[in-house]
Amino acid sequence: MLNFLTNTRGKTRLTLADMATYLYLLLGTLLMFGPIIWLVVSSFKDRNELLRFPPRFLPYQQETVVVPGYDEPLQLFTVTFEDGTTRQMAQVRRVGIEAQMVDPAQPDEIVKVNINQRQPVESVRFSLDNYATGVTRFNFWQYLANSIIVTVAATALTLLVNSMAAFALSKYEFRGRETIFGLTIGTLMVPISVILIPVYLVITEIGWNNNLIGVIVPGAATPTGVFLLRQYMLTIPDELLDSARIDGASEWRIYLQIILPLARPALAVLAIFSVMWRWNDFLWPLIVLSRTELFTLQVGLNSFQGDLQTQWELILAMTVLTLLPITVVFAFLQRFITTGIATTGMK
Amino acid sequence: MISFLEYNMIKLNTFFSADFLAAPLRMVYDALVSVMDFIMHPLQNLVGVRGMAYIFVLPNLLIFGIFILFPMLLNFYYAFTGGSRLFPQDRPFVGLDNLNRLFTCQDFLSPNTCREDLFWRAATNTVTFVFLQVALLVLVSLVTALILNRNIQARGFFRSVFFYPVLLSPVVVALIWKWILQQDGVLNAIIVSLGGEKLPFLISADWARFWVIVISVWAQMGFYTLILLAGLQSIPGELYEAASMDGAGAVQAFRAITIPLLMPTMLVVLVLSLIRAVQAFDQVFAFTGGGPGTATTYMVQYIFTVGFASPAREFGLAAAASLVMAAVLLLLTAGQLRLGRTSNLA
Repeated sequence: MLNFLTNTRGKTRLTLADMATYLYLLLGTLLMFGPIIWLVVSSFKDRNELLRFPPRFLPYQQETVVVPGYDEPLQLFTVTFEDGTTRQMAQVRRVGIEAQMVDPAQPDEIVKVNINQRQPVESVRFSLDNYATGVTRFNFWQYLANSIIVTVAATALTLLVNSMAAFALSKYEFRGRETIFGLTIGTLMVPISVILIPVYLVITEIGWNNNLIGVIVPGAATPTGVFLLRQYMLTIPDELLDSARIDGASEWRIYLQIILPLARPALAVLAIFSVMWRWNDFLWPLIVLSRTELFTLQVGLNSFQGDLQTQWELILAMTVLTLLPITVVFAFLQRFITTGIATTGMK
Repeated sequence: MISFLEYNMIKLNTFFSADFLAAPLRMVYDALVSVMDFIMHPLQNLVGVRGMAYIFVLPNLLIFGIFILFPMLLNFYYAFTGGSRLFPQDRPFVGLDNLNRLFTCQDFLSPNTCREDLFWRAATNTVTFVFLQVALLVLVSLVTALILNRNIQARGFFRSVFFYPVLLSPVVVALIWKWILQQDGVLNAIIVSLGGEKLPFLISADWARFWVIVISVWAQMGFYTLILLAGLQSIPGELYEAASMDGAGAVQAFRAITIPLLMPTMLVVLVLSLIRAVQAFDQVFAFTGGGPGTATTYMVQYIFTVGFASPAREFGLAAAASLVMAAVLLLLTAGQLRLGRTSNLA
């Protein structure tokens, strides 16, 4: 039974342990994806369907018909009469427990029925109404633009300054090198939440409060990035640099044309980390940005849920839109991302 | 550890062997390099090769110094000054007043008797959360890693399945679960259809605490599973073959090979998950807002509330609380590194 705790290679028959394994994996897949699928399916439902308890899995919507003589489309019902016959009729209005129905084929004749006699005609419809309304109410494009600016600029800056520092720390002997490296690694464990107040002061003094730069710059000198890139650059042979120097290349040219291209895999890993950190960052943008037009998606989404307590149909649609970009990136790069993280063991 | 890192980097290298800098892009890049070299070459003649090293570290060092190192020192100043003004020159020195306020309690076990009762509530909430969350997180990650390490089909797929929630932002995770757990949500519907009664998942303090833990484990476990899986895969398979030839059973092999050889990785996982748990904020903030009442208010939210979200803006008190938190983090990290050194494996 406890066989599954150890590595078992080269088995051909499906043992009890194997079955337990696949059961675990199946259950795990359900637990991991279930909530997300539920979110996505729910985001296509209209308000009435969302308020329904118990909920149905697929997004149903009541069908409507345009009846001559009425400006608005009318809701369609199946009406069961006393004699057992059924007819599809549109509802003109409802008064108490009585509904005034009309047959779309005979728009002049109004029939009064008890509301219990009618059943709504429904069909599955993935409606984009929530998305359309949400995007205008939520200022989605503005937040998206802010998030993209922050993520791209911060990642570019991080890659540049971290790789420059890593190059110096891995390829030069100079005074203070050990101190600088030690300090960098030492603060690996200093989260921004511990120095929130003073960093906020520094930002305010510089005048970066309520400015996207104030979100971008402070987190750029990542210890993780310096460490990761330095370890990688140490494996690049010094002879390459020496022969370039003999050819008359400057140190800057060596950095840009030899070190950076060779360190591409490590740079790619750091880029993925950085995109992940910045796209999902919440606490720091929340503190720096108080003007709504500067909000990133995460801060915007959180304030959106505060403003609209119960308007779930909009919140759900906006949540889907917020998780979409990172999901697409993951779908394309998942193998590379998982290997990269397993390799460096950092986040 | 380094050789393992290098080994995987080589694997990544082959993965990325397709040249993504196509020829025209490369020409643009080379032209850019030449233009920049026009400035950098004279600079190098001026400061020398060794001087260039300082120029290379300078940008990173500046950002690091201004936004990490200097604030770390400044935090002490804030902790020992009072008032609600942000700029240091406007703040009167109050000595240990802030720390005293935090630690004024008649009975340290009941937060109600403390002057800063919210601080102690947050502290006790955080301790309980950290303890339970890390335990559950490590357990679930370990079991999942062990299962993924078996000889299974589609390992890459399942690895990605467990990893996917890691990428989701804390706010998104919070909203996904809020939607499931609300009073008329799908989980309550399932319970009712099984003949039960609706449960107050977001209304009762205990349920809220429970779900905060479950959700953070859901969102983070894939990350630690990956690290543990990498650790498991670096254990040579021959060890298990030798053990089974010597007649060792599965349990024995697990205890004699897997556990000791996985220890260094476990230590990394423990350090990282503990540090993250102590800082828990964004996901909980978006999920419960710290409530109901103060049931899920943790340390970082206390700092945020006192310093930024309350009208009084007590920066000194918030900074003092940060110091306490930093001290705890330092102790935790040091303790674990020591643990690692004595076992001589980290």
